[in-house]
Amino acid sequence: MSSKTIEKRFDAMKTAIAILISLVLSFALVAIVSDDPAEALQTFALGPLSNLRRMGNVIELTIPLTFAGVAVSIMYSANQFSMITQSTIYAGACIGSWFAIYVTLPKGLHSAFVILMAGIVGMVLAAIPAIMKVKWQASEVVSSIMINYIIMQFTLWFLLNVYKDPTAGFNCSYKFKESARLTKIVTGTRIHTGLFVCIAAVIFGYIFLYKTKWGYAIRVVGQNQEFARYSGIAVASVMIYSQVIGGLIGGIGGGVEIMGLFQRYTWEAPPSYGNDGLMVGILAKYNPLFVPFAALFLAYIRTGADIMSRITDVPVEFVNILQGVVIMLVAAEMFLAKWKHKLIVKNAQKQEIAKEAAK
Amino acid sequence: MPEEILLMDNITKVYANGFVANKDVTLSVRKGEIHALCGENGAGKSTLMKVLFGHESAEEGRIVLRGEEVKFANSIEAIKHGIGMVWQHFMLCPSLTVAENLVLGMEPSKGGKFGPMNINKAIQMAEEVSKKYNLIVDPRAKVEDLPVGQKQKVEILKALLRGAEILILDEPTAVLTPQETEELFVELKNLKEMGHTIIFISHHLDEVKSLCDRFTVLRLGKSVGGGEIKDVTVQDISRMMVGRDVMLKIDKTPAQPKEVVLKIRDLKYNNDEGRPIVKQFSASIRRGEIVGIAGVEGNGQREISEIVTGLIPHRNGDITVCGTDIRGMSVRQIRELGVSHISEDRMTYGCSENSSVKENIISDRYYKKENNKGIFLNNKKLDADVDQNIKDFLVKCDDRTQPVRMLSGGNMQKVVVAREFSSHPNLVIANQPTRGIDVGATEFIRRKLVELRDEGAAVLLITADLNEALELSDSLIVMYEGEIVAYFEDASQVTDFVLGEYMLGIKRMSDEEIGRVAYE
Repeated sequence: MSSKTIEKRFDAMKTAIAILISLVLSFALVAIVSDDPAEALQTFALGPLSNLRRMGNVIELTIPLTFAGVAVSIMYSANQFSMITQSTIYAGACIGSWFAIYVTLPKGLHSAFVILMAGIVGMVLAAIPAIMKVKWQASEVVSSIMINYIIMQFTLWFLLNVYKDPTAGFNCSYKFKESARLTKIVTGTRIHTGLFVCIAAVIFGYIFLYKTKWGYAIRVVGQNQEFARYSGIAVASVMIYSQVIGGLIGGIGGGVEIMGLFQRYTWEAPPSYGNDGLMVGILAKYNPLFVPFAALFLAYIRTGADIMSRITDVPVEFVNILQGVVIMLVAAEMFLAKWKHKLIVKNAQKQEIAKEAAK
Repeated sequence: MPEEILLMDNITKVYANGFVANKDVTLSVRKGEIHALCGENGAGKSTLMKVLFGHESAEEGRIVLRGEEVKFANSIEAIKHGIGMVWQHFMLCPSLTVAENLVLGMEPSKGGKFGPMNINKAIQMAEEVSKKYNLIVDPRAKVEDLPVGQKQKVEILKALLRGAEILILDEPTAVLTPQETEELFVELKNLKEMGHTIIFISHHLDEVKSLCDRFTVLRLGKSVGGGEIKDVTVQDISRMMVGRDVMLKIDKTPAQPKEVVLKIRDLKYNNDEGRPIVKQFSASIRRGEIVGIAGVEGNGQREISEIVTGLIPHRNGDITVCGTDIRGMSVRQIRELGVSHISEDRMTYGCSENSSVKENIISDRYYKKENNKGIFLNNKKLDADVDQNIKDFLVKCDDRTQPVRMLSGGNMQKVVVAREFSSHPNLVIANQPTRGIDVGATEFIRRKLVELRDEGAAVLLITADLNEALELSDSLIVMYEGEIVAYFEDASQVTDFVLGEYMLGIKRMSDEEIGRVAYE
């Protein structure tokens, strides 16, 4: 066995153990706070599977998380830690909604147009921290977080001043034209045709990152920027297009989410898909192919926690602890490093002996 | 017989990448001797010393110091037990003075433990220790202004001030000129007289023979021999080191230079602080010749290689490659003129350690039309090419998907060389191409360089290894403080002693003699 295989197996094992530890921990917490821990846990673990609508909820939540995860994966593969995904999804949905209200197009085409516009909004937004980094060496982490604040207020202003429906009893836009909304594909759930766009995004992300020269350049820059420069790769342009394409995916995700599940734009406070995307990305090791699984996992435990909080006495925030522990353990490079080292040492010594014997 | 002060018994050390750096190594050192630890690069000398100094922990084996078994979790504990280390790459703060560096971490203070540092006391301590051991340095001088030999003295003093009885010197002569080396040896012998024990790491056997009392040889992570120096010849030790007689000579026919490929005229470069690093450098390099630049590192060689390859934008002077002015060109544009570059900094520029062998080899060609099919990479072709490269350049790896960090230094460098040499370059800038790698890989890379020359490439070889400079170069430039101080049209007529004098800046040729390097 080579050291490479050991490392690969070890990585999978590490993620599994991290999840296991956090599950045990959260179960212990539930046991402490709940009057009927057995029921709470059962609801949490099996609730999402108990009927079709709930299974639908899991998939519905998986879709935006997947978009966010793919967007983050592309940017982070180039070592560009932009937090802009939050804004690209949010603003993509907000501006996209305008086109869903005021533009007239045939059914289907209209949805595609809205989603495309949302994607363009995402691209433009993601380009800002990227260009600021290349031109003025502004850290993309800081500038993207600042932009997130601006966008949060901007979208609220946009909602209240541009397309607020005064006849509705709460802050929301006019109704979207039916032609812009995505069709439901499974009766009894709200799963919509956005699922196909989502699958396409995953495939695109994977092929782009792993099968094209642009993706190769992104990964080289992400692994060692100086090496990339020395090899003749235009590092600045890679930094920009990795973020712009991440922004495109995020924006599309926002458009799909709002056209798939809503009749009006109602987001007064941003859903936290951007930061969730970060978690999904980390769990998937920034490989778009693993993103749907990570997103599914996250969507499942969230739906489970949601059901649990409604039926039992354990609050929904419980799931945040679970998530936090998983991510911390997966992100911690040195977690179980000693064990890994032992495995490698043992293997190397075995090979040493085999070599001696061969002589 | 003097007592045994240190015994490292059956030490085994495996690195995180699975590399077995030490395998049942035993080292026994007697009090008051200079003990040579010999071995090729990568034989495990540095690892063994890191284990002794508490930087790495061994998987197996024990360390017995003055008859007591010890185990150091870190270097602070090792220092407390009287072990001092002088690293090959100095661990000094350049912007602080000698005295400040010496007392770092044990600063004398005024008025209580948390009072301000007593700088006069520090200078006094520095002067005392300096006088006691007859290692003369100015305690008030800033370390960055000192020449290499002096910095090394500061390192040695630092260890002695902390009460080191056993002093480890990791290839101390690698950065020194022959003259400075002689001075160091006098000082080390003096320390020995005063009762200190010295472990001297080197693969320069002449030095070992003239300085040391006993020796231990490591080969491929194992101890393969040792004994009294006076009982053996240099050849005996070298045979133990490589397991066969060293073939130092690289067969090469006289150069047959053709037209000029690289022309540099009046190149100047100042660093960010405005200090001149390269002053007035001119040279011409033709197809079919290897021009060596010898010099102690940090005399402007690295900047020249980075300017020519486009990593540093050049402003002053003219550089043409095959007649094309490279001013304002990107690294890729320069590479497309047929320029290859082996960087001296393998881990930063030369390769991406977490990327696979394949990803490392294709980084200069992945974008080319022949390697793409429409919008996709033509992985079939790339894989076949990479496999061929791996075969041609004898890269020892599991397969092309293995991350290069799992390879040994020599194989890592072969990956670099496979990329840089397989593109049929017009010009090769080889900066320290064989630094820190094993003898097999060194020989291989040197032979490849000569092969490239014979195929018509122009080779600019930058090296601090005198042996390499003399062995490979057809003609030779010596650089000192950013300037050319000597030019030898025929490198085979030069001795290392003469070269040392120029490298140290003691001698300098006339401008007219030097000017011949820049013929039209």
